[in-house]
Amino acid sequence: MTPALVPLPVVVPLLGAALTLILANRPRLQRSVSVLGLTTTLVVAVVLLVEAYRHGPVVVRVAGWPPPVGIVLVADQLAALMLVVSSAVTLCVLLYSIGQGRGETSESAPVSIYHPTYLVLTAGVTNAFLAGDLFNLFVGFEILLAASFVLITLGGTEVRIRTGSTYVVVSILSSMIFLAALGLVYAATGTVNMAQLAGRLDALPPGVRLALQLTLLLAFGIKAAVFPVSAWLPDSYPTAPAPVTAVFAGLLTKVGVYAIIRTETLLFPGGQVANLLMVVAGLTMVVGILGAAAQSDMKRLFSFTLVSHIGYMIFGVALSSVAGLAGAIFYVVHHITIQTTLFLVAGLVEERAGSTDLRRLGGLARIAPLLAVLFFVPAMNLAGIPPFSGFLGKLGLLQAGVAAGGTLPAVLVGAGTLTSLLTLYAASRVWNIAFWRAPRLATSGPPVRLPGLMVGATAALVLLGLVLTLAAGPLFRVTADAATDLRQRTPYVRAVLP
Amino acid sequence: MTRGEAGPTLVLVIAVGVLVATGVTLLLERSLTRILLGVILLGNGVNLLILLGGRSGAAPLVGTVPASAMSDALPQAMVLTAVVITFGLTAFLLAVAYRSWYLSGDDEVQDDLEDRQVVRLAERNEVSTADLGGEGPDNDPEQVDPEPALRRLRRRGEEQ
Repeated sequence: MTPALVPLPVVVPLLGAALTLILANRPRLQRSVSVLGLTTTLVVAVVLLVEAYRHGPVVVRVAGWPPPVGIVLVADQLAALMLVVSSAVTLCVLLYSIGQGRGETSESAPVSIYHPTYLVLTAGVTNAFLAGDLFNLFVGFEILLAASFVLITLGGTEVRIRTGSTYVVVSILSSMIFLAALGLVYAATGTVNMAQLAGRLDALPPGVRLALQLTLLLAFGIKAAVFPVSAWLPDSYPTAPAPVTAVFAGLLTKVGVYAIIRTETLLFPGGQVANLLMVVAGLTMVVGILGAAAQSDMKRLFSFTLVSHIGYMIFGVALSSVAGLAGAIFYVVHHITIQTTLFLVAGLVEERAGSTDLRRLGGLARIAPLLAVLFFVPAMNLAGIPPFSGFLGKLGLLQAGVAAGGTLPAVLVGAGTLTSLLTLYAASRVWNIAFWRAPRLATSGPPVRLPGLMVGATAALVLLGLVLTLAAGPLFRVTADAATDLRQRTPYVRAVLP
Repeated sequence: MTRGEAGPTLVLVIAVGVLVATGVTLLLERSLTRILLGVILLGNGVNLLILLGGRSGAAPLVGTVPASAMSDALPQAMVLTAVVITFGLTAFLLAVAYRSWYLSGDDEVQDDLEDRQVVRLAERNEVSTADLGGEGPDNDPEQVDPEPALRRLRRRGEEQ
C-alpha cells in the first residue's frame, strides 16, 4: 500500500498544474485545485515519514522495471522529512499568495500562470527529494528551475528581467556542470543509480573519484549558494513578488543542500573533502552575514542571511559524524521554515508601508503591532536566541564541532558563534529602524488593512517555527536516526537493491 | 556511440573541448544574445560528452545484431532528455533577451544599483543614513549613481 504513495508528491502537483492551466479562466476553481493538491501532498508526505521512520526506506520501482535498469523513487527518512517540511511551507505560501490576490489575471500578469507554475515548481522539488538516481535528480532540478524562471520574471518588468537574467544564466551554467558530471560518472562507472553507484564509486581510483566528487559539489554548491559561488543569490531574489521570493529562499537552495548531503554521504563517504567543505562553510557564514549588515533593504538583507546560514548546514555535512549530520538536517528543517516566514513578513511590510527599504520605514511597531510580533519571533529565532529552534540547531552543530576536535572544527565553532551574533545585529538593526523608531513618510499614510489570509498564513508559519522549538527533542531523534542511516548507507542500498 | 576498445575518438574529444571553451568564453560576455549563443555551444559540448561515456556499436535493436556488438543505449536516452531541456531553457533565455531589448533598448545585463550604492558607502567609509535615523540623499538609487542610466542614454544616442 505505502509504496504506491511514493510517486504521489510528484504526480499530484503535476496533475494539478495541468488542471489549473485548463481552468485559467476560473480563478476560484483554480485556487481550490491548487490548495487541494498541496494539501494531499502534505498528507502523503506525513504518511511516508511515519512509514520510513518505522520500517525503513519506502521504495517504488517506476513502471515495475527493477533497478538498476528502471528508475526508482526512494523515500528514506531524510527525503520524507524534507518532503513534509517543503510541502507544509509551500502550502502556507500558496495560501499567502491567494490572500494577496496573486494568480489573478491582471495587467502585470496577463495570463493566469501563477498557479500552474507554482505547482510545477513543487513537483520539481519533490521529485529532486525522491529521486533514486542521479539523472532523475537532474530532471527534478530542471523542472524546478524552469518553473522558477517563469516565477522570478513574473510580469516581465524591467528590474525583474535584469535580475532574472542573472538568475537564469547562473542556473543554466550550474545545470551544465551537473550534466557534465553525470556524463563523467556514467563513463567511469556505467550506472547512474545511486544505490549501485555507492558500491561502484568505491572501486574507482581515488583521483577519478575525487574529480567526480568535486564536479558534483561545484554544481550543487552553485545551487545551494555556497560562498565563492553565492553572489548570484542576493542579486536575483529580492525583486520577485514576496511569496515567490519566500518559497525560493525557503526551498530552492535547500534542494541544493539536500543534494550535497545525499551525494556526500551515499556516494562519497569518508570525508576526503572535509577540510575544503569546512573552509567554504566558514567563509559562507562570515562573508554572507557581513554582506547582510551592510544592506539597507529588508529583502536584500534577508537574502544575505540566507546565504550566510547555508554555511551552518555545510559545516554539519563537513563534520560527517552522526551528530554533525543530524544537526545539519535539523538546521535545514528549521531554516526552511524561518527564512520563508521572514520573507513573508517582508511581503506584509511591503503591503502595509509600500516599501521594504529601511530608509523609508519606521514606527511599524506602533502602527502595526501584530506585524511587529510576526517579525520579532522568527527574527530572534534566526539569530539563535534561546529557547528557539535556531538556538537548538546551532547548539547541536557547535556541540558536534567541539566533539570532532582539531583546529579547523574549533575555528568553525568560533565562526558559527560570530555569525550568530552578527545575525542578531542584522535582525535587531531591522527591528530598530523599521519597527522601533518614529514613523516615516512611507509608514505615516492612512492605515491599510492587510488581507486576513496573508496574515493567517504568515502566523501559521511563525507557529510552525514555534512547534519546531517545542518538538525539538523528537525531531532531533528523527534527524539522528536519519543521520545514522545515511552514515551506514546499507539501509538505503538494501532497500533499493534487495 | 563512438567508444571502441581503444577509448573515445580523439576528434570528438577535441570537439567537446572546443565547444565548451567557446561556450564559456561567450558566457562571460554581457550581452544576452552572446550569452545565449554561449549556452547553446556549451550545451552541445556537454551533450556530446555524455555520448562519449557509452560503448559504440550497432543500433541497439533486439534481433538485428548480437548484444555484444550493440552500442550503449542509455547515454543516448539521457542525451535526448538533456537536448530537450537545453532547448527549452534556450528558448526561455531568448524570450528574456527579447524582453530586455524591448524594455531598455538593448539586451545588456544591467548593473545592480543597490549593490553599487553599498560599495559607494563603503568607499566613503560611511554608514547608511537609515542607521543615523535620517532619510538622506541615498533615497533614490538613480540619483546616487547615474552612471548606468547615462551609459544607456549614450548608447541610444550612438545608435541614432
